[in-house]
Amino acid sequence: MPLVPEIDYGTPASRSEKMVTLTIDGNEITVPEGTSIMRASMEAGIQVPKLCATDMVDAFGSCRLCLVEIEGRNGTPASCTTPVAPGLVVHTQTGRLKDIRKGVMELYISDHPLDCLTCAANGDCELQDMAGAVGLRDVRYGYEGDNHVKARSNGEANARWMPKDESNPYFTYDPSKCIVCSRCVRACEEVQGTFALTIEGRGFDSRVSPGMHEHFLESECVSCGACVQACPTATLTEKSVIEIGQPEHSVVTTCAYCGVGCSFKAEMRGEELVRMVPWKDGQANRGHSCVKGRFAYGYSSHRERILNPMIREKISDPWREVTWEEAYAHVASEFRRIQYQYGRDSIGGITSSRCTNEETFLVQKLIRAGFGNNNVDTCARVCHSPTGYGLGQAFGTSAGTQNFDSVEFTDVVIVIGANPTDAHPVFGSRLKKRLRQGAKLIVIDPRRTELVSSPHIKASYHLPLKPGTNVAVVTALAHVIVTEGLFDEAFIRERCDWSEFEDWASFVAEPRHSPEETEAFTGVPAEALRGAARLFATGGNGSIYYGLGVTEHSQGSTTVMAIANLAMATGNIGRPGVGVNPLRGQNNVQGSCDMGSFPHELPGYRHISDDATRDIFEKLWGVKLNNEPGLRIPNMLDAAVEGTFKGIYIQGEDILQSDPDTKHVSAGLAAMECVVVQDLFLNETANYAHVFLPGSTFLEKDGTFTNAERRINRVRRVMTPKNGYADWEVTQNLAKAMGLDWNYTHPSEIMDEIAATTPSFAMVSYDYLDKVGSVQWPCNEKNPLGSPIMHINGFVRGKGKFIRTEYVATDEKTGARFPLLLTTGRILSQYNVGAQTRRTDNVIWHEEDRLEIHPHDAENRGIREGDWVRLSSRAGETTLRALITDRVAPGVVYTTFHHPTTQANVITTDFSDWATNCPEYKVTAVQISPSNGPSDWQVEYDELARRSRRIKGKLEAAE
Amino acid sequence: MSEGNKIVRMANQIATFFHSQPASEGPNGVATHINKFWEPRMRRQLFDLVDNHGGEGLDSLVLEAVPLIRRPPPAEVPPAQAAAPAAP
Ligand code: SF4
Ligand code: SF4
Ligand code: SF4
Ligand code: FES
Repeated sequence: MPLVPEIDYGTPASRSEKMVTLTIDGNEITVPEGTSIMRASMEAGIQVPKLCATDMVDAFGSCRLCLVEIEGRNGTPASCTTPVAPGLVVHTQTGRLKDIRKGVMELYISDHPLDCLTCAANGDCELQDMAGAVGLRDVRYGYEGDNHVKARSNGEANARWMPKDESNPYFTYDPSKCIVCSRCVRACEEVQGTFALTIEGRGFDSRVSPGMHEHFLESECVSCGACVQACPTATLTEKSVIEIGQPEHSVVTTCAYCGVGCSFKAEMRGEELVRMVPWKDGQANRGHSCVKGRFAYGYSSHRERILNPMIREKISDPWREVTWEEAYAHVASEFRRIQYQYGRDSIGGITSSRCTNEETFLVQKLIRAGFGNNNVDTCARVCHSPTGYGLGQAFGTSAGTQNFDSVEFTDVVIVIGANPTDAHPVFGSRLKKRLRQGAKLIVIDPRRTELVSSPHIKASYHLPLKPGTNVAVVTALAHVIVTEGLFDEAFIRERCDWSEFEDWASFVAEPRHSPEETEAFTGVPAEALRGAARLFATGGNGSIYYGLGVTEHSQGSTTVMAIANLAMATGNIGRPGVGVNPLRGQNNVQGSCDMGSFPHELPGYRHISDDATRDIFEKLWGVKLNNEPGLRIPNMLDAAVEGTFKGIYIQGEDILQSDPDTKHVSAGLAAMECVVVQDLFLNETANYAHVFLPGSTFLEKDGTFTNAERRINRVRRVMTPKNGYADWEVTQNLAKAMGLDWNYTHPSEIMDEIAATTPSFAMVSYDYLDKVGSVQWPCNEKNPLGSPIMHINGFVRGKGKFIRTEYVATDEKTGARFPLLLTTGRILSQYNVGAQTRRTDNVIWHEEDRLEIHPHDAENRGIREGDWVRLSSRAGETTLRALITDRVAPGVVYTTFHHPTTQANVITTDFSDWATNCPEYKVTAVQISPSNGPSDWQVEYDELARRSRRIKGKLEAAE
Repeated sequence: MSEGNKIVRMANQIATFFHSQPASEGPNGVATHINKFWEPRMRRQLFDLVDNHGGEGLDSLVLEAVPLIRRPPPAEVPPAQAAAPAAP
């Protein structure tokens, strides 16, 4: 297996449709107008020497190595900055060019160390390659004069020399090897959009510097790795490459962190992962990545990973390691016993949004076909179930309407309840790029997120609403659009039901929905809201991106409908640059929903009561399926507390930490007789488990993930599972132990079964994915290449449906006891409950969850920066340290939930979305007071966690 | 909060949404929603509230919807109890 080849064309592709023909070294070649001569040459198969150009960033023209001669033009223009023109005759190799290039290389090498043999980039260095390419044979200048290479010259300290910067946990910066090509600076600006790097100094003295001559770790750098990837030398190098050496083969796979679903090349040496490099052909990320996917994979070999199955009688017992056979037999007999004793519906399971489609499909199949009920749910319940419901009602499908590329064509963006630069970083970077090109931005968020104002980006409007008032704000936007006549009548008449529109329009036009009226309780100034509405309706292609700040409310589904209304009213559906875009959290949240993880739906979103659909599966599986919807996660826990739900199989989810109202979750789990947890680590839920089945990482299995744009991406196994089995094998073996006759030998066979039973996946197979790279469902005979944009010529449901969206204040109200509103979110370096990222060097950026509080609220309570504070709600209390900032408005506090010791969900309540029971994470009435240490609950819980992680015959696990 | 109350709250939340919809959709909307998403146990609790407790606390729209809600079959008797009816 070789390294996956990637061609560097030197400059980005041109989008022009006008074609230009020219001759390069006697070859005629036709390329789009605006293409550089360098890129055109590469397309003709001729590689012009280059150092400062790379196709991820715009050309800069500083190294003078890529010169060419053009007949009829004077001089030697740089091919990277010279665009093609019709009829040009270009020569890339002449006597004059050869001399110039040798001279250039000689100068570079004279200020570059010659320790190639021991250099980490040996074999992967463009400076080396170019020296070879131009035929450099000797260097006439020595190191005696000015140089950056040596710490001491002529016995004296060399002021030009700088030591290595090793502050970043994942890569090093060695200034002595820098050739000042500025590729890193441009990558940071153009690709990542962080502007962390500059070239300081001038001429010979110039060099790269993070921020104002800081170390990388203290600078603005977010450790995305784009600069490291862009660097042609060993100046910026992954520490893993320094440690291990150059990879010998690579495999394309998909990041297992967030819903962007970035494609990576896993670069390997044997079974050792050398590094993850974002893949340029990845259609979600286009060669970019964030710190998590790029660097934070160390958890897969973390010492706390559990590799053997374990059992215990009672949750107060220490764990006992057992064989796989014993574990399967135990689970099977326990589940059968429970069903015998308490009835068929007394057990269920939870599928994972972190596992593959194939694994998820198997878990729901086990539950429906093996347990004989529909008690299956997934963590999407607690994040995007309202998206499914809301968009399903309005458009006829839960699908987000666009691909990520669509953002390149948008003119006005509304970002509501989402923080993409932290939670969906690569999409965030792509969005920022478009904003820097001039697209306008409206942010609707209680908090001043990074997008509101960051280098070279400023939102036209930030509407800082009170948590819980989304529906009122979005309906008020519609009010302005309708009453000011800014709606797109032609679109509505053609695509939607006009009488429903009229009904809706008269509803939103009522004066009580005007921004002047709603301002009193939303806190959003009417003028700003009107301005935002006008901008969105009239500014060209309008797109809406939203996240959990929309869905995790008691009116989550209603807000999704309000968003759909807004998009339809302004005609922003069905073409690139527009649409309704849910930013889904976990890597395979989309896929787990597609695969029938909801208790009322079979794969492909078909209701369980539909006889024809059940029939398809019944025939194939040879069982009778229950036609009643099963329990959702919160209902399972309720039923457990009531005593009718006794056993659960949880694959790859940590509901105790991720679900709201921790005390209710733990009470539910504690009431069960057999809790089976399958995961990489003894997670928090495992504190209540009786059986632990070790899981495998995405590096250790084959499968597919479906990202937030419905893109089905391959996950490819690059190493043997440390625990012995991929997760799908574990589920299969468990099913066999329960008497099911399953014989999958490879996940591709599971995908074949999905394709055979699910029309939107009809054309999907591993062979097909190998051929086309990835596809966005629906992918069937009608759409063989998938469906990047939905609803192009009409809505899936026929006519788009306008739905009245009445604001209803949540029952979670502030009062004298709990006067502040708590809302929750994520940060870049950590992922969800943090089980993985906390086990990597990413902790360097986020050691603990902090409570953000406005200076005014802090002062009233005598709280200073860094103080321990007690955070209490009617559900419970916890303590954490304060971070005083005006990013949050007075009356609002904010925290993340990445660390188990914080237990932020002890605070959140069991209120939930009216339609889907998606919990109301984003609004909790709280009080804050100074505190001097952890709450009783935290102390008790720590003790419980410590006790429940004991393994017989082993030292206590550290966490 | 007791589980009965939870059922009431969930049903009323659904009703609240449909109160704002065109009147013709109301009861049907509530019933369809409950039929689609509520597991039989939950519907049984709802019917118990209506049949035996006068629908206490339920929104009027929920009560209007009740005739349209599918009555779940009686709770399954676990095999263990069926086998030994006298056992405690
Ligand atoms: S790692 Fe990313 S953010 Fe940091 S300097 Fe490099 S490109 Fe910029
Ligand atoms: S660090 Fe690398 S990419 Fe940046 S200027 Fe130096 S050699 Fe070029
Ligand atoms: S975490 Fe998300 S944005 Fe980051 S590399 Fe993975 S998929 Fe891409
Ligand atoms: S590659 Fe063209 S000037 Fe450097």
